[in-house]
Amino acid sequence: MVENRPLLTFVAHLTLLLGVAIVALPIWIVLVTSSQRLEDVIQAPIPMWFGDQLLQNYTDVLTAGVQGSFSGAVAPMLRNSLVMALGIAIGKIAISLLSAFAIVYFRFPLRMLCFWTIFLTLMLPVEVRILPTYKVVADLGMLNSYAGLTIPLIASATATFLFRQFFLTVPDELAEAARVDGAGPLKFFWDILLPLSRTNIAALFVILFIYGWNQYLWPLLITTDASMTTIVMSVQRMIEAADDTPEWPRIAAVGVLAMLPPVVIILTMQRWFVKGLIETEK
Amino acid sequence: MHKRVTFDHKLLPYLLLAPQLAITLVFFIWPASQALWQSVLQEDAFGLSSRFVGLDNFARLARSAEYLGSLRVTLVFSAAVTAFGMGIALLLAMMADHVIRGATGYKTLLIWPYAVAPAIAGLLWFFMFHPTIGIVAWLLKGGGVLWNHHLNGTHAMVLIVIAATWKQVSYNFLFFLAGLQAIPRSLIEAAAIDGAGPGKRFRTIILPLLSPTTFFLLVVNLTYAFFDTFPIVHAVTEGGPGQATMILVYKVYKDGFVGLDLGGSAAQSVVLMAIVILLTVVQFRFIERRVQYG
Repeated sequence: MVENRPLLTFVAHLTLLLGVAIVALPIWIVLVTSSQRLEDVIQAPIPMWFGDQLLQNYTDVLTAGVQGSFSGAVAPMLRNSLVMALGIAIGKIAISLLSAFAIVYFRFPLRMLCFWTIFLTLMLPVEVRILPTYKVVADLGMLNSYAGLTIPLIASATATFLFRQFFLTVPDELAEAARVDGAGPLKFFWDILLPLSRTNIAALFVILFIYGWNQYLWPLLITTDASMTTIVMSVQRMIEAADDTPEWPRIAAVGVLAMLPPVVIILTMQRWFVKGLIETEK
Repeated sequence: MHKRVTFDHKLLPYLLLAPQLAITLVFFIWPASQALWQSVLQEDAFGLSSRFVGLDNFARLARSAEYLGSLRVTLVFSAAVTAFGMGIALLLAMMADHVIRGATGYKTLLIWPYAVAPAIAGLLWFFMFHPTIGIVAWLLKGGGVLWNHHLNGTHAMVLIVIAATWKQVSYNFLFFLAGLQAIPRSLIEAAAIDGAGPGKRFRTIILPLLSPTTFFLLVVNLTYAFFDTFPIVHAVTEGGPGQATMILVYKVYKDGFVGLDLGGSAAQSVVLMAIVILLTVVQFRFIERRVQYG
């Protein structure tokens, strides 16, 4: 603070508190609604404090789901989402580490062509190639499978660039020493480069897990089988079902479950997250 | 860009790159080229044969009132999301930069919408605005406004703008705060000693020094509003009522995947591709410059 202006400081706190309130309000309401009895939330104004059905509602949606939404129990959806998020995050990190290693530590023909090919993926989000990509996945027999949910999404220009950037800052002496000691490239990668990259991997993991968990259009395209539904996708059917059978507490419980894992990750790994976010965008 | 020390191996680098390149070629470049190719073809009514029609599909788009309407909706939506998202985030970041006590606490409390999926953000605000149980709809009714985003196009648009903005503010906030904290204190103190008040300091020092961050966020937010908001529209309004919230990415999905108009959908894909390429190029040109001039 440059000068002491009590009024300005007061206004600043007030604005921030208002901002926090607006950010938190919808989450609070959904959280509270998920603990109510159905008859208490049929009509506005709904209660703003917890009811006594918290455990019951969550047990219900995990094992039976929301009636009228045709989507079944939520527990398997959480499992599908978890597999998808972990598969995407780990897959992206693994293949990007390998590509960045190849691009930084080797000289070979077509090196720049490979680099720009990877760069192109940035310009081709799923949204601009919906039908043809669907066709490729269908032709490969990957519809309704975990492979189909994860593999087509794990190419990553951003992660490759981040690791490339980082490898360029690793002192040359390390590679030199490894070579003098007779270590091959793979041993150097595994024993030296990978341990050095731990922080970057952690930061990237947070961002990519959230990215993977929150996928919507992709699972919508390639899963038709109810057993492969992810929880974020199921939200649309909840909203549609709400017109006929407004089971608000249960719908709210599904919403809370859908945002819980990424929110927990972001809050527990905040330091990595902020680092990862600012760095991947450079 | 280049390492002095490298390893010699003929085959290994290709093996290391193989998984990334294979996925890129099979799931990105091949489908994208298919979209390009289909955008100049027209299928007959039975989908049995297709013929080359040049730019007819694009001409059809340019004449289609529906498509132009969707373009207009997208522009309004993107402008609103970008303006509100960045404006609110800048205000909050300025305030968080000003207060010393509790700044980290505020940061923690403000960042979590980033983790919430766009579709869930849609659900949260659907709850807030629902005509029978929504608290905001209820308050509005008290103020004489009968809220119904199922029937009223403006209401539907406001709803998706709020949901999309709510989710994006935390991202913008983090970048603005990082940008503000990178401004040397000495500059601001010098201005204060010379008698410049907070308003003048903001206009003449902070805003200009923040312009790289602002520009970067502008591009990122436009990309977000154009492409990443599909789930909000799909989950909450399905493009309706009428065409009121039919943004371009939703239309390409609907015409192609639901309506099965291959040529038309491919032409729309190509238009979107052009937009995303433009935004990416602008973003990277800008980053190159930022690196050069430090």
